[in-house]
Amino acid sequence: MIRLLRPALWLGLLLAATFGMTSLRPLFTSLFPLLERPVYMQDSFAALLLAHLELVTVASALAGLIGIAIGIAVTRPWGAAYRGLAETISAAGQTFPPVAVLAIAVPSMGFGPEPAVLALLLYGLLPAVQNTIAGLIQVPDAVKDAATGLGFGPWRRLWQVELPLAAPLILTGLRVSVIITIGTAAIASTVGVTTLGSPVLLGLSAENTAYVLQGAVLIGLLALTTDAVFDAIHDMLA
Amino acid sequence: MPRLRPDPVLLPLVGALCVTPLGFAFVTAARNRLVSGRPVALLEAAEGPAALLGLAGLALLALAALRRGPWLAIIAAALLMAALGWIAGDYATTLSASQPTARVSLGAGFWLMLGLAALCLVEAARQTGRAGTSLATALVAAILALLLLSGTLDQLSILREYANKRDVLGMALLRHVEIVGLAVLPTLLIGIPLGIACQRRPGLGRLVLPALGVVQTIPSIALFGLMLAPLAALAAWQPELARAGISGVGMAPAVLALLLYSLLPIASNTAAGLASVPEPVRDAARGLGMTPSQIFWQVDLHLAFPALLAGLRITIVQATGLAAVAALIGAGGLGAIMFDGLFTGALDLALLGAIPVIGLAVLADLLLRLASPRAIA
Repeated sequence: MIRLLRPALWLGLLLAATFGMTSLRPLFTSLFPLLERPVYMQDSFAALLLAHLELVTVASALAGLIGIAIGIAVTRPWGAAYRGLAETISAAGQTFPPVAVLAIAVPSMGFGPEPAVLALLLYGLLPAVQNTIAGLIQVPDAVKDAATGLGFGPWRRLWQVELPLAAPLILTGLRVSVIITIGTAAIASTVGVTTLGSPVLLGLSAENTAYVLQGAVLIGLLALTTDAVFDAIHDMLA
Repeated sequence: MPRLRPDPVLLPLVGALCVTPLGFAFVTAARNRLVSGRPVALLEAAEGPAALLGLAGLALLALAALRRGPWLAIIAAALLMAALGWIAGDYATTLSASQPTARVSLGAGFWLMLGLAALCLVEAARQTGRAGTSLATALVAAILALLLLSGTLDQLSILREYANKRDVLGMALLRHVEIVGLAVLPTLLIGIPLGIACQRRPGLGRLVLPALGVVQTIPSIALFGLMLAPLAALAAWQPELARAGISGVGMAPAVLALLLYSLLPIASNTAAGLASVPEPVRDAARGLGMTPSQIFWQVDLHLAFPALLAGLRITIVQATGLAAVAALIGAGGLGAIMFDGLFTGALDLALLGAIPVIGLAVLADLLLRLASPRAIA
């Protein structure tokens, strides 16, 4: 129960900020007396949070599933020929800044949410693939041989022996992937996708610091909540 | 004839290279830079010696894939990449000779084929080890230089955009490096002593390193936004600061945020590097009569250096990408050109900003890996 305290606390803060931002109007009015509209009203903050979560969930879930599948495939005997290429690409690709990848991928595929999801997905794959491979190859041969000796088939051995032992590293990869996706999704408002980044961008172009602050606080809280959730899952696995 | 031993990785890639031109436009041709273009297939664009070079490259690559010749595959993939650029450049040159305002942009087919050829190159280089990697890198650099310096690509839309923005781009590049430098240098001065302190006092380390981890978790756009209000307030409160260039937008919040991000990799790698120095080594140094400060400077720091360099590499690569986001708060740099292109829907302008950002990050990564005493390719 103690484990769940930290994520619950961050989640509480995130929800309170999302639903309570509008009632903080007096605070923003006193902080920014010169602003005519001190609270972002174009969309409700709840709608922005949902849109952001939808983008991140779709992109990260697909990146996680495909990334783990690739990691499993290239560590099986029939896919081993591809392991080197997968390792090289997932390491080298992460040198590319995610924002630059977004800026290249989205306009070349046409603006809008679908290209943004695809760009986020492609980038999110890299840490997922890298850590799945790292997690699976560090399972000792003796353990795998023992499982085979007990009569485990290759799939049962993967499911009941290799994946549980690789789980902590795979989880680290997923955490990196999701956190990067949350930040890059916020920048995706520059290509016309509505996310929690939208108030920040509108605030920057309209010189409305209150909007910037409101968006930034929610993006930060979302990332910290997600990080705390991953921490809790990690503790439960350990 | 030698027995065929198809390469399980290269052969499917060559197959994909053969079918890609059938499904995707190689380039798009537009009447001017504002309207959207008409797709042009590879078979329509390719002619003359460039087309022959492309065919030769593809045929050699197929041969290398069938007979497991990684060296041949490196050369063939490089030839194919050169031919792709040459074909696109030739088409743009021919078209703009008859229609001066015409714009030829690289299409999905070009990028896919270039990507597939690059995958072949990477895989073949991997199979041949370090020498192959050096050959592949040198070939790609030579081809890129040849295509750019010979003017073959000059009529492509992205290079016409570059010709218009040459001065702006040069300034933006300098500004980008300046932002990264201004953030990373103070980070070293603060981060290294902080890392040393964290390693010597584990209590401090347990407090400081997780706190810096929290900063790393906060997405860049949010941290930049959070810097904005306090710095703007500070400038309003102390006008001298504002005159010195400290305000909510511009360089100051960008550099400050990058500094905060950069502290974790520097401090934690310094601490980890020092912690990895084996105690027997220190004992031996003490046995030789070295003083504690000699041990620190000549033994500890020396052995922790590779870890520190790795931290610096992570920091610079990360800061290069984050500095692009900083353009949103008016810090300038390559990100400004990139977002300009994104906001106005001008793909070539976005590419013109984004490609040098990637180039800088990859270059920094490469140079610092080469500088590392225990270089890992």
